[in-house]
Amino acid sequence: MKNNIYWESFKTFFKIGIFTLGGGYAMIPLIEEEVVNKHRWVEKDEMLDLIAIAQSCPGVFAINIATFIGYKLNKTRGAIATTIGTALPSFLIILLIAIFFSQFKDNPYVAAMFRGIRPAVVALIAVPTFNLGKRAQLNVWTIWIPVVSALLIWLLGVSPIWIIIAAGIGGYIYGRIAK
Amino acid sequence: MMIYLNLFITFFKIGLFGFGGGYGMLSLIQHETVERWQWLSSSDFTDIVAISQMTPGPIGINSATYCGYTACANAGFSMPMSILGSATATFALVLPSLILMILISKMFMRFMHHHSVESVFRGLRPAVVGLLAAATLLLCTSENFSTPTENLWQFCISCFLFLAAFYGVKVVKINPIRMILYCALAGLVLLYE
Repeated sequence: MKNNIYWESFKTFFKIGIFTLGGGYAMIPLIEEEVVNKHRWVEKDEMLDLIAIAQSCPGVFAINIATFIGYKLNKTRGAIATTIGTALPSFLIILLIAIFFSQFKDNPYVAAMFRGIRPAVVALIAVPTFNLGKRAQLNVWTIWIPVVSALLIWLLGVSPIWIIIAAGIGGYIYGRIAK
Repeated sequence: MMIYLNLFITFFKIGLFGFGGGYGMLSLIQHETVERWQWLSSSDFTDIVAISQMTPGPIGINSATYCGYTACANAGFSMPMSILGSATATFALVLPSLILMILISKMFMRFMHHHSVESVFRGLRPAVVGLLAAATLLLCTSENFSTPTENLWQFCISCFLFLAAFYGVKVVKINPIRMILYCALAGLVLLYE
């Protein structure tokens, strides 16, 4: 029975890993369906809490959720099983592509396609910038934070890690003062 | 052999500080792999993001796997050694999440709604927007867009595809994967050399 639930949770998150296309928030309904409705590993209210925590913590969202649920089922070993389950499909698929792509990269047709794709990818990263900005509810008093952060990284080559650390400390101090 | 240690440390750091989901993580990956270690060129990175977006799985995992592989391959390693590189990067990216989430489940669950923790997150949210903006700006390179002097035709087409993709995904809400396929087709027709 114990072995069974390791395997069951590994399989479930393997499936979630395969079917997450485009990544991010698109996978929440699938996780809820599997984990809450089908297997009843977590209550619906608890799931909302887990999603909120997994989103605010660093790291890949899907991995964070997988670790939480794996740990809840079987402690540390359960967490390792679900984490491997989530990461494995990506790892295998990308590996296959990486091995073969290097052979097609210099093909003139493939090269032409990627010349068209590259500007689109830059746009695809620009879009969530605006979406996240909306969700962060930026206003006249906070808009300087992303602007200054972006300029520091872009023009002065400051590591984004320093920006993250500074923003976290800044938020903490501000919370102290405002309280 | 140093490259494996460096890959491990780099992707562990990215996993530890990668706030704001897959896209937020991209600016860290870009900074570390392209600017700092120069394992990848700017166009390598853009290609990796495109492929990570189009294939199943979380973007963070996909791009870490791919970056690890390409970093070793670019450094002249053989295929099995490059596979080891991609395994290193993926494992290192996942490890901080695993440790952190277990710690939170074990003892910090009740602190997550604490005033101080919420203040920290309130500071992080606007900064992550800046990280993404920086990633966008840093990718506006001649490798991705060409330049008016180098190839005027490609530069104009690139700018047009950028605007079209932005408008298509943001306003018309076209699925990003479909948008990439449209732009691949446009590249094939307009930018074939």
